[in-house]
Amino acid sequence: MRPRVSRERVLIWAAVLLLLLLCALAPVLFTGYFLSQILTKALWLGIAAASLIFLSRYGGMISLAQVGLYAIAGFTMANLGSAFGGHHLGWNPWAAAIGGVAAATAFGLLFGAIASRSYGIYFLMITLALSVIVFYFFGQATDFSGYGGIRSVATPELVGNPIAHPEGLYYVSLAATVLILLGIRYLAGTPFGLVLQGIRDDPARMRALGYRVALHRTLAFGVGAFIAGVAGILSVWYQTQISPGGVDIAQTINVLVIAVIGGLYWLEGAWIGALLFTVLDNYSRTWLPSIGEWMGPDRFETVLGIIFLLIVLLSPGGLVGIWQRLRARVSRALGQRGTTVLMGPDGVAVVETERFAEAARPRE
Amino acid sequence: MSAWLDARLLPRLLLGLLASAVVFAWLAYKGSQNGAQFLTVSLNGLTLAALYFVVAAGFTLIFGLMRVVNMAHGSLYLLAGYLAFTSQQSWFGVTSNLLFGHTVSVASWIVPLIFATVVIGVVGVAMQQVLLRWNLGQDLRQALITIALSVILADQMLAHFGGIAQSIQQPTAWPNSVPVLGSHYGFFRLLVVVGAALVIGALLWAVIRLTRFGMIIRAGVDDRAMVSALGINVQRVFAGAFLIGALLVGFGGVLGGTMIAVQPGADAKFLLNSLIVVIIGGMGSLGGAAIGALALGLVSAYADVYLKFGSTDLTNYSILLTFILVVVMLAVRPLGLFGRPA
Repeated sequence: MRPRVSRERVLIWAAVLLLLLLCALAPVLFTGYFLSQILTKALWLGIAAASLIFLSRYGGMISLAQVGLYAIAGFTMANLGSAFGGHHLGWNPWAAAIGGVAAATAFGLLFGAIASRSYGIYFLMITLALSVIVFYFFGQATDFSGYGGIRSVATPELVGNPIAHPEGLYYVSLAATVLILLGIRYLAGTPFGLVLQGIRDDPARMRALGYRVALHRTLAFGVGAFIAGVAGILSVWYQTQISPGGVDIAQTINVLVIAVIGGLYWLEGAWIGALLFTVLDNYSRTWLPSIGEWMGPDRFETVLGIIFLLIVLLSPGGLVGIWQRLRARVSRALGQRGTTVLMGPDGVAVVETERFAEAARPRE
Repeated sequence: MSAWLDARLLPRLLLGLLASAVVFAWLAYKGSQNGAQFLTVSLNGLTLAALYFVVAAGFTLIFGLMRVVNMAHGSLYLLAGYLAFTSQQSWFGVTSNLLFGHTVSVASWIVPLIFATVVIGVVGVAMQQVLLRWNLGQDLRQALITIALSVILADQMLAHFGGIAQSIQQPTAWPNSVPVLGSHYGFFRLLVVVGAALVIGALLWAVIRLTRFGMIIRAGVDDRAMVSALGINVQRVFAGAFLIGALLVGFGGVLGGTMIAVQPGADAKFLLNSLIVVIIGGMGSLGGAAIGALALGLVSAYADVYLKFGSTDLTNYSILLTFILVVVMLAVRPLGLFGRPA
């Protein structure tokens, strides 16, 4: 007897295939401007946010160091490759990119080792401090960051000139997104991933079982730094330049906002949040009405802050939380049982508000 | 002893002592070469530390009692500066580029100071009552709420006050500098800021150690649930602590706006400073905040000047010393000097 495949499963696979097809055809369907300004940017911002969500979902660590780490990747690559400003050592663009990601991973392991014994809100503060220190470092150390940034960073041939030919970078970003998504899914199922999730849920018990808690958290942070590093490389290729001003505390918060909008416990939410962010960033400047000095075309950050505030106040689970709540309400209205526990992906029970408080509580 | 210091940490501690010995030797060598410069740099560090302490004391007080990490702390600091600056301009007609003969009366500094401090106090309490009171215990959510506020505040301040660095004018009746050990140093920085920090530190100490309110706060830091169970209105105590914390940061904002400048980016800078001060000193500890502020102020002041070895100038990398300070502290004591687990 063949195991019955549930209808929901078929629907999900159909949706995924359709989405992939849509993504693959995007350069044909959309204008170059939309492709570059909205989609490609959403892909790399999504990867940056995904590195944060990976740490929070599987490790219970809310890290604000991700922008600092992607800055390290970006600046390292810009210094190793050919560019205007910095050390321009003239490496092949791919080699420079690998060097950048390696540097981000190495610093990620270092930062992870520093922060891995702290939990919850302490972890958040320490990683924020690290990220801001990275920002000030690149602001000060002008021989690494050029004077006010490194411009005209060389891109690989596959990417080419991202302004004249946006498709190249789009496909590279798309491939990176898919690989990272699959990679994280795979990692979550490995013994390492399972231990990590055990540590997220109860570090004291995992320690009692003989697992090295701080080491696992440090390694996970290194993985998160690797993902953030990829985002950093893509961001530099996208802008063909990098400056300290682009990796400041505002950008740190932008990535956090994206992750929270998507839902801190749902990986795919990163890209949904990023898409919303880039759309808002682009179009709010044309339709925002002017209300004195309070509101106007330049007040994107205010709008973003208000959206962020509303999401955190009303649905800490982000858009995914809203969706799950709606679904739970609908099925309750239909008289189905067992809907009080909201199910996340992979069948992990996520009762958002409680989980939210849970992840923050220091456990020692 | 064993609770305070793990025996396994001893090698690290010895290493730390060795490193500090090297640092002190280096400073002594530099100091012996140019005593006047050394004095100025030391006073720079000391006055910065005083300012950091005033700002971070509110931060650590709020955290210690309520476990609220107020990420909008830096925004309140900057807002206080802007409020004092604008009120000084519009009420007293003080312009930021002083021509000769233009005077600034003492009242035109004191009144904006009080105004800004009180307004920030009210804003802080309003923030706590409206946004943070009902989600007590969800500390991550509260941190995110205050981050959202800081985003909105930063953008609104940019819209209303512009992006140019300005500074609040100190009264012209006050001298510009005072003689110190045969050298001269800024009057405002040395006497007003350090004096204010000392007075505030002593007052806070007295309130926390000697009054009933302080007793409740100390008890609340240790065991919030128990204090509540004893029939004390914890919500009122929380509101009071938030008021004090906000008043402190408001006061610090005006001091900083007079001593340094009022400009976009100062909010992030002082949030970072407060974070580092409490990471070093331990969350919730006033003494820890004082030591943390002193460490941060002195390290950044010395690093900005003395990171020169022969012809190699490493002053561009001075921020790395702050980083090392944090790393060393966390390696030896993950909860900071006087921090205790929640």
